[in-house]
Amino acid sequence: MSTLAEPRGPGVAARGSMTPIPHRVVDVVHETRETVTLTLEPVSDGIVAPVAGQFTMLWAWGAGEVPISVSALAADGRLVHTIRDVAGVTKTLCASRQGDVLGVRGPYGCGWGIDAARGHDLVIVAGGIGLAPLRPVVHAVLAERSEFGRVSLVVGARTEQELLFRAELDEWWHRHEVDVRTIVDRSSPGWSGSVGVVTGELVGLEIDPASTRAMVCGPEVMMRVVAQHLTDRGVAASAIEVSVERNMQCAVKTCGHCQVGPFFACTDGPVLPWDVVASLLTVREL
Amino acid sequence: MTSQTLAEIDRVVLPAAGLDDLFDSLHAEGYPVLGPTVRDGAIVIGPITSSDDLPRGWGDEQDAGVYRLVRRDDDAYFGFAAPAGTWKRHLFPAHSILWRARVVRGAPVIEENEDHPGRRALVGIRGCDLAAVAVQDRVLLHGAHPDPVYSARRADLLLVGVACGTPASTCFCTSMGTGPSVGGGADIAMTELDAEDPARHRFLLEARTDAGRAVVARVSARTATAADDDAADAVVRRAGSRITRTVDNAGLPEALRAGAEHPRWDDVAERCLSCGSCTMVCPTCFCTDVRDEPNVLAGTDDRVRVWASCFELGHSYLHGGSVRPSPSARYRQWATHKFSTWWDQFGTSGCVGCGRCIAWCPVGIDVTEEIRAVAAGPTQEQGVADGRHDDG
Repeated sequence: MSTLAEPRGPGVAARGSMTPIPHRVVDVVHETRETVTLTLEPVSDGIVAPVAGQFTMLWAWGAGEVPISVSALAADGRLVHTIRDVAGVTKTLCASRQGDVLGVRGPYGCGWGIDAARGHDLVIVAGGIGLAPLRPVVHAVLAERSEFGRVSLVVGARTEQELLFRAELDEWWHRHEVDVRTIVDRSSPGWSGSVGVVTGELVGLEIDPASTRAMVCGPEVMMRVVAQHLTDRGVAASAIEVSVERNMQCAVKTCGHCQVGPFFACTDGPVLPWDVVASLLTVREL
Repeated sequence: MTSQTLAEIDRVVLPAAGLDDLFDSLHAEGYPVLGPTVRDGAIVIGPITSSDDLPRGWGDEQDAGVYRLVRRDDDAYFGFAAPAGTWKRHLFPAHSILWRARVVRGAPVIEENEDHPGRRALVGIRGCDLAAVAVQDRVLLHGAHPDPVYSARRADLLLVGVACGTPASTCFCTSMGTGPSVGGGADIAMTELDAEDPARHRFLLEARTDAGRAVVARVSARTATAADDDAADAVVRRAGSRITRTVDNAGLPEALRAGAEHPRWDDVAERCLSCGSCTMVCPTCFCTDVRDEPNVLAGTDDRVRVWASCFELGHSYLHGGSVRPSPSARYRQWATHKFSTWWDQFGTSGCVGCGRCIAWCPVGIDVTEEIRAVAAGPTQEQGVADGRHDDG
């Protein structure tokens, strides 16, 4: 490795497209049994500020790198990521403690069409960890509430204990500015809400198809069912956005893993309009 | 310099006995040479110091699942088709360290790999493989994030193409518009002439760029005549007429998109071993995996990148399982990427017609046959009726 450059001090290595930028963990919030929200601060130089729906590649020393969506937009170069521990690199990331240094590349991908939703009704549908990339959308709506028409948020989780951002959901519900609905796959003692799949809550929503836009993130089967439900009710497929999840190793369109037909989820997505991806996500194993 | 002199430099003829003159010129211009050479019973790409390292007198026999060297009855230096080895290996290594991290004052410091091989000449690259370099340029160089490893190896390359006079039965460059002549991108285009006659055995050298002219200007050669040009044209014409495999590209991307559920994908999956051999020999395949390789004793963590294949089960792995668990879906991904979605992504076909995937498939699957069957769009019943299911 004599060809490697000499160390240039923390955080000031040359920035190739595959080189992470060191960030320090400044806050750790355990959201649920398997979900953690990390707030990161650049050790020296940061990255370009992300927009809602984008992701970064988070690197943990010795473990590797994974794509993690931005779960809130923060000031001063801070980054907020909510990570579900599904073993591997995510387990290491979720075990991070304040003061640890992680690597960040990005931000990558296309975000949600928040501007296109101004002046429209907005239906936001999230399943499980899918609420993480949609939370900054809710924040954006609440910050400029009068810019949007009727706004509904339907959140599905396996159980009440696995509902993400529970305190915030309660707060949003109490503000009555967004129609917040939650539904769980399995009820548990004390749960008085709905039980079933997210479309069970969508059925009860009043929807004006002509003026509705939708943003959907969750397991692919959930996104398919929700998009189908909305288009059946007259919402244009082009007004529905989904966030596509695929294996990603480079995030810059060169590793080949995240292809969905003609698209690279990392750069053409992850947020893609349903009219564009419906024919791809409905072919088995494409 | 007068235009007459320029023209003399542009097209010259070098006797085969003086081929080392070219290597001397390349070395004098500061280019270490990579080229075809015989190793382990195959023609691979490796360092070349003189014409002695070239596969003189060797030809090859290639067919579906077949590759073997054969002795030619002449002293041709370039009397073979697509080498077993790819030039890709030298531009986009199968294994590279992207960066190394070490901890300095409590925080990781990341040192990028700045390995830069500098000037190198690729001598003997065919039209198909030259087109493959152009395809990889589009993928790895011309995107929003140029790949650091590829761009370091791609810079300062001198490309010396050799027209192909000896296509194999696996070749279909004429369908893909990449050969047998030396297409765009070469600094010098060569044609080997009259190898069967030691007295007339010679090379026509055409300098196409200033870098190429600088090399050719050093060679002791005579100016090419119209007869040399005619002989070179005849080599390419004869080679083209011997290519029998075809791909009909008209409407092919659309037909493959429409054929996503075609039963032929299941049919080919019955024969395909998902070994990924086709992707390893392909000169355009670019998929890679990255992994961390920590060294506890050295206190370092290396980010390593290795070639990957869309035939691996893990290629599409997400938490909970793979997107493409079936071999059928994985073959479809590979074939439709090459001939259909590559166009959407990079504005070109992902296939250059070199035929390596056909020769190096251990069960002899011919991708041109597979995509032709899908593009023809028969139903399941027709597929059975015309005997396609007995292929394997």
